[in-house]
Amino acid sequence: MSELIKVGMADLNICISPDSITTLGLGSCVGIAIRDPVTKIGGLAHIMLPDSTQIRNNSNIPKFADTGIAELVRQMTAKGANRSRMVAKIAGGAQMFAFQNKSEMVRIGERNVEAARKKLAELKIPILAADTGDSYGRTVIFYPENGDFVIKAVGKPQKVI
Amino acid sequence: MADLTLETMSQEYYDVLKELGNIGAGNATTALAQMLQCKVDMSVPQVKLLEFKDVATLMGGEEQLMAGIYLGVEGDINGSIMFLLEQKSARHLVGKLMGMPIEGDKFTEIEISALQEVGNIITGSYLNSLSMMTNLKIYPTIPSLAMDMAAAILSVPAIEFGVIGDNILLIQTQFFDEIQLDGYFILIPELESYVKILSSLGISVG
Repeated sequence: MSELIKVGMADLNICISPDSITTLGLGSCVGIAIRDPVTKIGGLAHIMLPDSTQIRNNSNIPKFADTGIAELVRQMTAKGANRSRMVAKIAGGAQMFAFQNKSEMVRIGERNVEAARKKLAELKIPILAADTGDSYGRTVIFYPENGDFVIKAVGKPQKVI
Repeated sequence: MADLTLETMSQEYYDVLKELGNIGAGNATTALAQMLQCKVDMSVPQVKLLEFKDVATLMGGEEQLMAGIYLGVEGDINGSIMFLLEQKSARHLVGKLMGMPIEGDKFTEIEISALQEVGNIITGSYLNSLSMMTNLKIYPTIPSLAMDMAAAILSVPAIEFGVIGDNILLIQTQFFDEIQLDGYFILIPELESYVKILSSLGISVG
């Protein structure tokens, strides 16, 4: 029996095929799915903010793109995944409201995506596919077996990237 | 002061929010009743401090379809506010307002603008109450509406709260006319504005 593991907001987890991993309703947050195709170990992080170094209260590791991705990779490696084989897919980072006030919060979705890309580049993990931006929420399911990243949105056909 | 977080927030601030919830929801109820020309009742509002992951659960799950109205506040305090309503409830309200049931899953343009108006009235009621309680000048910016999954809409205030902590603070109120409507009001002042709100009520912030 394969299991579907759930990741909450500002949270992360890992799984091994045939299990799959999901996070529901990504808005301006970004979901980062990483996989080692050989061991079929996969992981998913649901980050909320781009940069832990900009925030005083930054002890919540999975909340930030930089620390969250690093921790995800660490946990996967501890399980036996090899970093040199890891590949990633990302989704989310929407701007949910046409108007969003306050300069620092403007484009937060976009900044989350940029931060995730930057951290993955730093760790030399290539991004195979992305479905980011726009103005709608996304539920994602990641299958470490074949790397399928299923994306569901309200009123839109399901897609696989 | 710089270490102020929601977790260490004083009991006084909860009391302020509870009072704001009471007066604001009371005003919103009156406004709704006038607009819908029917009797509307409300329950005693509850103030809740929740972890991010539990907020969507309270609203019926991350994928529950919600309507969210989000606007900024300016003037003596800065921040933003959000009012959330289940899409089902939103549909009911708009249907009543327009004098006909809303068919299908999608809202038309005119139904969306009616919903925006409902949102304006409700958020305006809360803001007026806050302004009267504190004697602070509070001006709303143009509201913006989103209809999507609860978690996706909530990511916006969660991220704003996320800058200072790991929890979200909200006021839950139930309105009743023929059916029960669950409304959620979220006030997100900037850190300095918490102090202004409290000190304007004569509460010293330690």
